Amino acid sequence: MSLLEINGLKLSIGAAEILHDVSLSVDAGQITAVIGESGSGKSMTAYCVNQLLPRGSVAEGQVQFNCQNMLALDEPSLCNIRGKDIGMVFQEPMTALNPVQTIGAQVAETVLIHGAASKPEALKIARDTLNRVGLPEAQFPLSRYPHELSGGQRQRVVIAMAIALRPKLLIADEPTTALDVTTQSQIMDLLKRLVQEDGMGLLLISHDLGVVADVADHIVIMRKGKVVEQGATQHIFKHMQHPYTKALFEASSHKPDRKAKPLDAPILEVKNLIRDYALPRKSLFGPAPKFRAVNDVSFCLKKGESLGLVGESGCGKSTLTRAILGLEAIQGGSISINGVEVKAGHTVPRTLRRNMQVVFQDPYGSFNPRHKVARLVSEPFHLLDDAPTGAARKAAISEALEAVGMQAADADKYIHEFSGGQRQRIAIARALIIKPELIILDEAVSALDVSIRAQILDLLAALSDKLGLSYLFISHDLSVVRAITDRVMVMKSGVIVEEGPTEAIFQTPQHEYTRALLAAAPSLEDLMQ
Amino acid sequence: MKRAFKMPGFSIGFIMAFTFTAAALVSFFWTPFGTDGVDIVNKLHTPDGTNWFGTDHLGRDIFSMIMVGARTSIAVAVVAVGIGVLLGVPLGLAAAARKGSLLDEFIMRGNDLVFAFPALLIAILITAVFGPSAINAIIAIGIFNIPVFARLTRAGALSLWTRDFVLAARVSGKSRVRISFEHILPNITNLLIVQGTIQFSLGILAEAALSYIGLGAQPPIPSWGRMLADSQTMVSFAPHLALFPGLAIVLTVLGLNLMGDALRDLFDPKLRRDRQ
Repeated sequence: MSLLEINGLKLSIGAAEILHDVSLSVDAGQITAVIGESGSGKSMTAYCVNQLLPRGSVAEGQVQFNCQNMLALDEPSLCNIRGKDIGMVFQEPMTALNPVQTIGAQVAETVLIHGAASKPEALKIARDTLNRVGLPEAQFPLSRYPHELSGGQRQRVVIAMAIALRPKLLIADEPTTALDVTTQSQIMDLLKRLVQEDGMGLLLISHDLGVVADVADHIVIMRKGKVVEQGATQHIFKHMQHPYTKALFEASSHKPDRKAKPLDAPILEVKNLIRDYALPRKSLFGPAPKFRAVNDVSFCLKKGESLGLVGESGCGKSTLTRAILGLEAIQGGSISINGVEVKAGHTVPRTLRRNMQVVFQDPYGSFNPRHKVARLVSEPFHLLDDAPTGAARKAAISEALEAVGMQAADADKYIHEFSGGQRQRIAIARALIIKPELIILDEAVSALDVSIRAQILDLLAALSDKLGLSYLFISHDLSVVRAITDRVMVMKSGVIVEEGPTEAIFQTPQHEYTRALLAAAPSLEDLMQ
Repeated sequence: MKRAFKMPGFSIGFIMAFTFTAAALVSFFWTPFGTDGVDIVNKLHTPDGTNWFGTDHLGRDIFSMIMVGARTSIAVAVVAVGIGVLLGVPLGLAAAARKGSLLDEFIMRGNDLVFAFPALLIAILITAVFGPSAINAIIAIGIFNIPVFARLTRAGALSLWTRDFVLAARVSGKSRVRISFEHILPNITNLLIVQGTIQFSLGILAEAALSYIGLGAQPPIPSWGRMLADSQTMVSFAPHLALFPGLAIVLTVLGLNLMGDALRDLFDPKLRRDRQ
């Protein structure tokens, strides 16, 4: 019998049925990956295992862990199992650790709660576990606080907490979604190593096929609370049956059709751009120290071209965006839009700002929840001196909404009535309404499910063909950048380290950082062959 | 609003606060007896069918005086909260819009300065300089509401300024002033309403305290605080003189606080989840 066996699991929260007849199993020393888009019930399946369900949930069926039915156990016995026999790793390492406790205390806590050791022994176990997850004593003493660590290091601490008591089963809920590509692959390697060393079972929850494909022994594909297909990873990749699985694979490596050829005239030219931030003063007198977020960056974006900007978090790509948009003052260099140059120390005039709009990453945070769609979409009209009013304004709003595949009637709704993908369409409509020539897409598809992402990429490609738009496409996701850009720039620590035509960069990267990025990025194509 | 009335705290608080507001409004047209006539013959009556709450040492009907006194208390509290909101909110919005600038420092350090003085002490100073009156009490209480609202507004606004929709508005070329009123303010009204109800109850308490020491509304205008002060020497043989104005103050303040608490729970999604 397997370590964990879920049979005919049904779950309802209030009146809503979340899971229908879910069955899967995890063997000791094996990795089972559950894959699905948002709302597929993959996380709820995991929470059913250790019974951390929201109030008002009713679970039926069988969850057999270690020959015990978890659904029948009372709270004290569950507490005994959680943390000791079943460890859990969460998505967001920034919030999964207590900011006022040292990492040593937090890892030792799991050991102490289960009475497995005395305090000095627990601290020793914590030390050993942190060593195992790749946080050696020399750099990472137990007395470190979470804020002193990077995202990847914090996730290692969270993993250490989960495995301190050598559990039989580890549940990892999107453990690498919040991390950069290079960190992501390191964490996946770590999880794989721990599974082999300890012979524990790993239930890995993810939305990203590429991430889990390398490591998983078993793959379970879920959709709308049902398991649509499952089997050994190799088998699934070679003989996928269900149309949804096929669609998911296709969407993951989707490449939109782009016809338009870029013109020679540049729309945006950035020369030797420098952006400094003032750091907190160290002494009362003397200038505040500075941090150079963007250092001597130059590039040119042609009309109708789609230029990618790739880099990991903190490399300065968002700062660069804000500088181009004229939201923050620059300390050196110049920005030319349509041939009009704006030097450091000057603000970007309204007449130039009209040519640029932006789409942000988070479809939930980029709209004021108290305004209707019509008002949200028409906000950029503020940049025009002769903004249309009355019927003309209404017509413009309808036109913009219809251009992105929404309906004119949606203008009277509030933003909370729309899904993430629809919101991102509305965000694009807002960017389109004053007919700019350049749209900056700041991680615009990163928060979307793969199938929605594919649709949005198609929409962007179609719009650029139709309206001759130029895109500056900022992303940490290499596969997306590869699909939609003509040229790509790689940025690291405020400097552009490599630039060139997209295919050339992806096939023969020159800079070692680009190579590291490409090596770390999960790729489905290699596995499909 | 419907959801608010489903919470017992809000309903009870609302009924209490509404009763006194209604009494104050009715007192403009009708009170059982006049409040400025002296009727020594009927002094110090205990509560009965004619004088529901009894009469005081000058023979005035206490029920009527409580009704008219509610007028003073509510007017002082409303205007004082008004001063706090009208001046404090724009100051807080300005400080948040220019975070880290000299303007921000100037506004926030000014707030600290006002906060550093005990509110009642300054109220006493103001009334000592300009003479005791309801107007001066209002100004004194109002000044101390300004930093409360300025700080709250700034804190709420700062977290909104980092949101993408504010960035989108800036990309649309909107000025910071315009963004403050169009995008920031509507999203912090919840906070302000909750703080408003709490400041309102504090205003009523402060007015009662000032009147008690003779620095609030002057005779013959009835005021709850002064009714308490007048009853002080007679409390051993006529306890109803102190009981009814005291109850009026306690119930109004309690009612407003209950409402404030319920509204905060309602608007704060974190607390809401815990309650379910």
